[in-house]
Amino acid sequence: MTATENGSPKQPSTDRSLPVIENFTRRAAVKGAFATLGAGAFVAAISPLRQAAENSSAAEFMQTHYTELSPDQKGDVIARLEAETKEKYGADVTIADDRPIPGTKFVYAINLSVCNGNGKCVEACHKENNHDRDTNQSYIRVLEMPKGTMDMEKGSTTYSGTVPKDDKFYLPVQCQQCDEPPCVDVCPVKATWKEEDGIVVVDYNWCIGCRYCEAACPYHARRFNWKKPEVPAKEINPDQSYLSNRVRPVGVVEKCTYCLHRTRRGKLPACLEACPTGARVFGNILDPESNIRWILENKRVYILKEELGTKPAFFYYFD
Amino acid sequence: MSSIPAKESHTTSYPKFIGRSLWLATEGSFAFYAWMTMLTALFLVGANAWANQVAGGMIGTNMTDQVSWGLYIANFTFMVGLAAGGVMMVIPAYLYHDRKMHDVVIIGELLAIAAIVMCLMFVVADLGRPDRFWHMIPVIGKFNFPISMLTWDVIVLNVYLLLNLHVCGYLLYMRYLGRKPNPTWYIPVVMLSIVWAISIHTVTAFLYCGLGGRPFWNTALLAPRFLASAFVSGPAFIIVSLILIKKLTGIGGLDGPIATLTKIIRVTILINLLMVASELFTEFYTGGSHVSAAKYLFFGLHGKTALVPWTWTAIGLNVTAALLFLWPGTLRFRWRPLLVAACCMAFVGAWIEKGMGLIIPGFVPSTLHEIVEYVPSQLEWKVTVGIWAFGLMVFTIAIKTALPTLKHPAEH
Ligand code: SF4
Ligand code: SF4
Repeated sequence: MTATENGSPKQPSTDRSLPVIENFTRRAAVKGAFATLGAGAFVAAISPLRQAAENSSAAEFMQTHYTELSPDQKGDVIARLEAETKEKYGADVTIADDRPIPGTKFVYAINLSVCNGNGKCVEACHKENNHDRDTNQSYIRVLEMPKGTMDMEKGSTTYSGTVPKDDKFYLPVQCQQCDEPPCVDVCPVKATWKEEDGIVVVDYNWCIGCRYCEAACPYHARRFNWKKPEVPAKEINPDQSYLSNRVRPVGVVEKCTYCLHRTRRGKLPACLEACPTGARVFGNILDPESNIRWILENKRVYILKEELGTKPAFFYYFD
Repeated sequence: MSSIPAKESHTTSYPKFIGRSLWLATEGSFAFYAWMTMLTALFLVGANAWANQVAGGMIGTNMTDQVSWGLYIANFTFMVGLAAGGVMMVIPAYLYHDRKMHDVVIIGELLAIAAIVMCLMFVVADLGRPDRFWHMIPVIGKFNFPISMLTWDVIVLNVYLLLNLHVCGYLLYMRYLGRKPNPTWYIPVVMLSIVWAISIHTVTAFLYCGLGGRPFWNTALLAPRFLASAFVSGPAFIIVSLILIKKLTGIGGLDGPIATLTKIIRVTILINLLMVASELFTEFYTGGSHVSAAKYLFFGLHGKTALVPWTWTAIGLNVTAALLFLWPGTLRFRWRPLLVAACCMAFVGAWIEKGMGLIIPGFVPSTLHEIVEYVPSQLEWKVTVGIWAFGLMVFTIAIKTALPTLKHPAEH
C-alpha cells in the first residue's frame, strides 16, 4: 500500500460511485484474470479431495444418526456396509444390529493377583475387532507396575522380557464403560453414547473425528483411525456388528465395546477367552447368581481413578 | 455526499456497497499486489496440504492417540484470544469515551473478524471427517447442547463473528451512504461484544479445564489466564498494525490510540505474568500428579525434552517484552522500533504459551503416564501457514475497506 492508492485526487475515496478511471475496463479485465487464475489454482490445490470423495458415497454422506434410522434404512445401511467391505477388503462379512438384552448390565473384573502380563488379551482384541494390522492397534493396554503402588506414573506400557517378573504386578486397562462417561458428555454431535446394558458405543458413521472424547477419557480407552485400517481379507473376522467390530472408516474414533457382537449373543469377550491365567471375569451384575456378582460382593475390589467420579463398570481385585 | 436515492432500498444498495468496497480494496500499489500474491501462494500451499490430509487420513500429521490435539488446536486457542483481544480497543473508546479511539476502534473489530474466520478454519482442519461438518449444525445435525462445551464454543464463536460483522458492516455502510451512524443501531451491539469477547475465551478455556482426567488443564485459573494473555496479544497486534497503517498511508491521529493500547498492555502483561507465577507455585510447591506435565514442559521428563526449548523461548520473550513495556521510554516516538519489537515478542510469547505450551503438555504424560512426544509435521505447518495467510488476506482487505473511514473520521 502506498499513499497514492485510494487517496489519489483522481479517485476520491469518499466518492460512492465506482471509481471512474481511464483504464477502468482494463483494470477490471486484469482483476478478472487474476481472480480466474486464483480460482483455478485453488481448484488444482484441493484436487486430492476428489480422491477422498470417491471413497465415500452420497448415501453415506446423507446417512442420519444410528438412533434415528428406521428399520428399513438400517437394513439398507447394513447391506451397503457389507458390500463396501467386500469391495474394499475382499471379505464376505455379516453385520448384525445387536441390541442390548433387557435386564442386563455388563461388568468386567480382573484378578490382579493372577494376571501375569502375558498380553494374550491384547492380541485377541486386535484380531477380534479387525484392527489395522500395521499399527498393531488394540483396545487393551497392560501396565507393568512395581509392587506396592497403584500409582500409574511408576508403571510402564512398553515392558519386555519374560513375564511375570518377581517385583512387578500387571494392570490391564481398557474402556471402563463408565457410568458417568466424560467421553460421552463432551461429544459435540452425540456420536457416542451409553446403551442400556452399560456399554459405551460410537456410531462410526456419525463421528466427525474431533477427538474431544479422546482428550476427555481418563483411561486412554479411545483410538482414532489416523489412516484407513488395513486387514488382509483372510484375517478379517466376519462376525460383525454395526456398533462394534465392523471395519472402521478412516477419520473416526473407536473403542472397546465389551465385544458386544459376542456378549449380546451370550458369548464371552474375546480377551477373556484368550486369557490363559483365568484372571478375567465377565457377567451381568443384575443377575444375583452370577460369578461376577459373587466376586464384587466378597473380594477386595478397586476401581481406577476413583477420584474423578467416572464410576467405572470395570473392577480390579486381589485374592 | 449523497444519501440513498429514494427508489433504492438497502437490499440493493448494501450489495453495491460490498461490491464497491471489494473493488477498492483490491486496488493498490505494486507492493500491495506483491503482498497479496504472496499470501495467496501460501494459502494455496496450505489448501493443498489440507486436501492431502483429507485424502490420506490424518496419519500425515504427527498427532497420536496419546497426543490427540496438536498444532491446529494450539493455533485455534491462540486465535480465540486474538479475537477477544481485538475488542480491547472498544473498552476505552466506548466505556471511557476516548474520542481518538473512536476513529480506530473498527480496526479491533476487523481483527476479531479475521481471527474468528481463522479459528473456524483451524477447527475444520483438525476434523477427521470434515465432510460430516453438517452434523454439528443445530437442527439438521445432532447438537449435544448444553452438555458439550464444544457446542457452546461453536455458538459463542459464531455469534461473536456476527456481532462484529454487524458493527463493522453498519459503520462502513453508513459511511458509504454518507449518513451519520445511528448509535441505537450499533452501540448496544458494541457493548454486547465486550461481554461476548470475554465469553468466547472463557468457554474455550472451559473446553480444557472441564476435563478431570487432564490435571494440567484442570485449574480454575485457566480462563482468567486466557483472558490476560488475550489482552496482551490483541492490542500488540493492533499497535503494529496501526504503526504500519500510519507508515503506508500517512493517516494521522493514530499516536493517541497507540499510546492508550501501550498503557493497556503494561497492565495486562503484568497480570499475565503474575498468574503464570502463581500457577507454577501451586504446581511445583505442591507436587503430586499435577506436577509431571509442568515438569515435562519446563525441564523435560525421563529424558524427553521436546517442549523445553519452546517454553523457555516463550518465557524469555514474555519477560523481555514486559520489561520493555514497563520502561516509560517505549511511549516516546523515537523508540517506535523498540515498541514494535516489544509487541512482536509479546505476540510470539503468547502464541507459544497459549498454543504449544498449553495444549501439548495436557497430553504429556498421557492418562496412562506414557510419554509420547509430539513435534508438528511439515504437513501441519503448511496447513497452519495457509490458514494464517488467509487470515491476513481477510484482515488486509478489511482494513483497506475501512481506510476511507480512518482517513476522514466521521462525527460518530
Ligand atoms: S473409559 Fe474412557 S472411553 Fe470408556 S467410558 Fe470411560 S471415559 Fe469413555
Ligand atoms: S471424535 Fe467422534 S465420538 Fe469423539 S467427541 Fe468427536 S465426534 Fe464425538
